[in-house]
Amino acid sequence: MYVAVKGGEKAISAAHAWLDETRRGDTALPELSVAQIEQQMALAVDRVMAEGSCHDRFLAALAIKQAKGDLIEAAFLLRAYRTTLPRFGASAPLETSRMRLRRRISATYKDLPGGQVLGPTFDYTHRLLDFALAAEGRDAPATPEAPTDMTDVPRVTEILAREGLMQREALSESEPGDLTREPLSFPASRPVRLQNLARGDEGFLLALGYSTQRGYGNAHPFVGEIRVGHIGVEITPPELGFAIDIGDIGITECQMVNQFKGSRTEPAQFTRGYGLVFGHGERRAMSMALVDRGLRARELGEEADAPAQQEEFVLYHSDNIEATGFVEHLKLPHYVDFQSELENLRTIRRAAEAELREAAE
Amino acid sequence: MTQTETPSPHAARQHWMATLARASAEDLAERLATLPPFPEPETLRAPETGLVMVRGRAGGDGEAFNLGEMTVTRCALRLGPHIGHAYIAGRDHAKAKLAALLDAALQDSALHHACMQAVVEPLAVAQQAARAAEARKAAATRVDFFTMATMR
Repeated sequence: MYVAVKGGEKAISAAHAWLDETRRGDTALPELSVAQIEQQMALAVDRVMAEGSCHDRFLAALAIKQAKGDLIEAAFLLRAYRTTLPRFGASAPLETSRMRLRRRISATYKDLPGGQVLGPTFDYTHRLLDFALAAEGRDAPATPEAPTDMTDVPRVTEILAREGLMQREALSESEPGDLTREPLSFPASRPVRLQNLARGDEGFLLALGYSTQRGYGNAHPFVGEIRVGHIGVEITPPELGFAIDIGDIGITECQMVNQFKGSRTEPAQFTRGYGLVFGHGERRAMSMALVDRGLRARELGEEADAPAQQEEFVLYHSDNIEATGFVEHLKLPHYVDFQSELENLRTIRRAAEAELREAAE
Repeated sequence: MTQTETPSPHAARQHWMATLARASAEDLAERLATLPPFPEPETLRAPETGLVMVRGRAGGDGEAFNLGEMTVTRCALRLGPHIGHAYIAGRDHAKAKLAALLDAALQDSALHHACMQAVVEPLAVAQQAARAAEARKAAATRVDFFTMATMR
């Protein structure tokens, strides 16, 4: 039986008014501007852009403000917004070897061309709360500068590949599958897997990546290289017919180097797990790279019995917008569904009680 | 990968379009104001915001994959015989209009030199200076393993 239920409009509008008030907080304090969030909560903005799968710093900051800092809610808002926009086309694949580097480190080679460049990092901080930050109006100290000889900064994976010790990536100029256009199907191609992971929930990717290190997937990863910086995006509009640079975006790339024992057709060598994300997101890029490598188990002829190697499990549960939608829909009215469950249970009970009575008689 | 590239016949236009795409609307308006006004352009495509799917490559150099989208605004207008186009990251309609106008003006041999001098060149210099400053900050964080080298 379906019963249309109306009502609640007044309660909903009062609830939303209160939401607005709590978002603003204590009015004795100055209101946060979107520009402040964009500048000073930059890593939250980066995460929302990555999980919202839409690079626009201002929109991500606005979404964070609207969501009161709930980053999954903010990513949801960004995803909803993007559905209102037309697609102009696709960019040329980013040539990350040409990105302008703020940070570039390798855990596999100490001395390598280009060197170890730390950039603005939390690494090697003491993780002690800095109460000096609680005092406002303090200017950051001047950042040291040094003469730059930014010559060649080759990829670590390329150094290994030239020696024949790193598996070369498959090359194909075919159009990559697009999750925003076609639903997932299995087995999923590597491009589709990477798209899924790039917009996946950071916590989910982190936990899965961690599991591969702890023995669920037999990974022995090294950080070949992490690159953080900016890169120009190029598109070729049909009306122009040549490539143009439309501006810079921030990206983080992680090349994870993994053992591979070889197969009948391939010698023992290293293989890659790859992570690429919008903004500055090292944890995210590293986790993505670990899971990417986990998901390559089947193509490399390895056993695939760990959670991070189960393609359907990983790809169907990585998206926090889908996940939160399905989990949170449980709080919406299920009155009729539940009535039928109640009715069912009562019928079963009555039948069981009748049976008991009959047996007793 | 850079060594295989051949210079594009559109290199000059690519350079100014990339420079305009990185400037702010305020910067463009301010520099444009130093030039004698252009004739009124004819709008062919009013500024419109949409998305471009940004692609990466598996392993950095393998198969292309869809990384995620970015907001882009485009605009096209006609200035005399020249059609100016703008495709710029973000959602700034005023900037897209100014960039398209300048793209058209820069194709006009009578206006090209003045636009380069008043707008593109100073912006390119400022953008290059900002990049260089960032590179110097990065260089200051390059690790110098001096003790390891002497312990060998």
